[in-house]
Amino acid sequence: MAKVKGAVDINEERCKGCDLCVVTCPCDVLSLQPKEVNNRGYHYAFAANADACIGCAACATVCPDGCITVYRVMNRE
Amino acid sequence: MDKEDIRRPENIVACKPRLLNDNNMHYCPGCSHGVVHRLVAEVIEEMGAEHIAIGIAPVGCAVFAYNYVDIDWIEAAHGRAPAVATAAKRLNPDRLVFTYQGDGDLAAIGTAETIHAANRGENIAIIFINNAIYGMTGGQMAPTTLEGMVTSTTPYGRRVDLNGHPLKITDLMAKLEGTCYVTRQAVHTPAAVRKAKAAIRQAFENSMNGMGTSVVEIVSTCNSGWKLSPADANKWMVENMFPAYPLGDLKTPQQ
Amino acid sequence: MKGNEAIAHAAIRYGVDGYFGYPITPQSEVLETLEALMPWETTGMVVLQAESEVAAINMVYGGAATGKAVMTSSSSPGVSLMQEGLSYIAAGELPALVVNVMRGGPGLGTIHPSQADYFQATKGGGHGDYHFIVLAPSSVQEMADFVGLGFDLAFKYRTPAMILADGIVGQMMEKVKLPAPRPRRSEEEIRKQCPWAVTGRPEGRKPNIMTTLELDSYKMEEHNERYQRTYREIERNEARYEEFYTDDADYLIVAFGSIARICLKAIEDARAQGIRIGLLRPITLWPFPSEAVERLAAKVKGILVVELNAGQMIEDVRLAAARQLPIRHFGRLGGIVPNPQEVLDAFHREFIS
Repeated sequence: MAKVKGAVDINEERCKGCDLCVVTCPCDVLSLQPKEVNNRGYHYAFAANADACIGCAACATVCPDGCITVYRVMNRE
Repeated sequence: MDKEDIRRPENIVACKPRLLNDNNMHYCPGCSHGVVHRLVAEVIEEMGAEHIAIGIAPVGCAVFAYNYVDIDWIEAAHGRAPAVATAAKRLNPDRLVFTYQGDGDLAAIGTAETIHAANRGENIAIIFINNAIYGMTGGQMAPTTLEGMVTSTTPYGRRVDLNGHPLKITDLMAKLEGTCYVTRQAVHTPAAVRKAKAAIRQAFENSMNGMGTSVVEIVSTCNSGWKLSPADANKWMVENMFPAYPLGDLKTPQQ
Repeated sequence: MKGNEAIAHAAIRYGVDGYFGYPITPQSEVLETLEALMPWETTGMVVLQAESEVAAINMVYGGAATGKAVMTSSSSPGVSLMQEGLSYIAAGELPALVVNVMRGGPGLGTIHPSQADYFQATKGGGHGDYHFIVLAPSSVQEMADFVGLGFDLAFKYRTPAMILADGIVGQMMEKVKLPAPRPRRSEEEIRKQCPWAVTGRPEGRKPNIMTTLELDSYKMEEHNERYQRTYREIERNEARYEEFYTDDADYLIVAFGSIARICLKAIEDARAQGIRIGLLRPITLWPFPSEAVERLAAKVKGILVVELNAGQMIEDVRLAAARQLPIRHFGRLGGIVPNPQEVLDAFHREFIS
């Protein structure tokens, strides 16, 4: 069992694939879909490396489209 | 603990604010406007001020701001937002009145309205998006365009002898006795976003406390106009915009 | 008192919420009188000297959008600067009152009286297909009365209204009976009267958004069709005019504003000589009293349109006349006001000799 502390939900349809969350994430959790596109044709962001998420919310803070919900659990293990 | 245990409402630390509605914003991917819209929505929500908030939208990319933040709005003619806000606030002094303007709207066509509203010390907040280019009309020179910067109307770079100097209008407004708070922020990193949000909150509170005009300049990117990727636009902004438009408070309220 | 002063007094008594203006001759007394009377101490009315007419009209737009009764005043060059804002106010279907105390143009022109802004006032003036109600006072009493009438009509139809005065009516002094004072509307009254007003969104209501932008052409056409329906309704209901000596008239003079009074004197002089002329004085220039013109044109031998311009209202008279008859124009330009004899001379020149 990985030591997960955080999780992200990304609104795929709202995402424009701008990549800002990807470059901002300190733990390399996020990537843009290499092939898949959403209904508006964008390569949307997804948690390619979800287990590394620490729930810091950096991605949601810089997201220009309010696509990201971040969860965090404190004081574990 | 697996992901599903973490994904509980009580564990949410960041999400789209309620006042930012579900309409897809028309902004280009990576545009700073989206972040600032969210901050405006968050601040109004946290202040519990939606029943008194009146936003004045500009002409420019943010012309449709009213489609995204669920408060009452007036869409002004190009550059006239501070005049519209002046009347809205004077006639409704208990309301939170703010303008949201770009560099063309605020620093070119609306210079007179901007300077005079600030000089009168109208109890309004002005949010000023400075990306040094005209986004909506396709990347023409703005008054804040940097020297040497290529735009569609300065295809060989802005020449000071032909086009004048980049207009540091925020510095100008800081010198006016009517302004109480003038600050320059950015939204390119999580830390910068948090500071920008605090600045917007401060500006809104100043206006409700009758302290005069507050100006929050957000040095922003226009990756489409600059012809860069969003991430590269942020880098370009740090390297080129910040030397000309350094971040920080230009004027803080007298205690 | 002066016509311009009457406007200021009437505005306070009507319960106007705000005045935003910029000084320009020959109407600066409106702002001066308001500042001297300090209505913010009594009724709570906001008075503000703006940095320009452009700012002033946009303040009117902003204030009107919040449901308040707001007005401005200016004179011809200043009103030209206000055309952008007027177009927005018309498109936003906002009630507001604009006073234009006309001076001679074009350009900086002269400070002397003129009626040369008839086209600008009655045909829209700014960009887009729109009209607003235009009231033409010919006395100081009407300057006072038309403030209330203008606002009443503006709120009834959600349209701007204009008092189109000339420098004579603005500057001359006459006795005037001011309307009884009444309080400004309360917040609740405004919310009830103007559910569209931008006041801050209470819980449960959708955002009120005052915008004139619509990129969907089909929706934009719907907006335009709605404006036009309102204009047709105003045309049906609100044409106002005054008639003098028209029952037995062989000829008709059509004139508005101050020059109508000079024409009335000329008509009385003519009647003393046995020439039966009648006078039609349009009070609303838009909507134009076309039915009155048509009715009178059917029974007279000729119409003389007298204006302080090169011939503007005459086009509306010709459109309304509906039959072939001589319709001639007499006007003075550049700020010159003709006397009754000059009007009669013109009449003789056109119809008798």
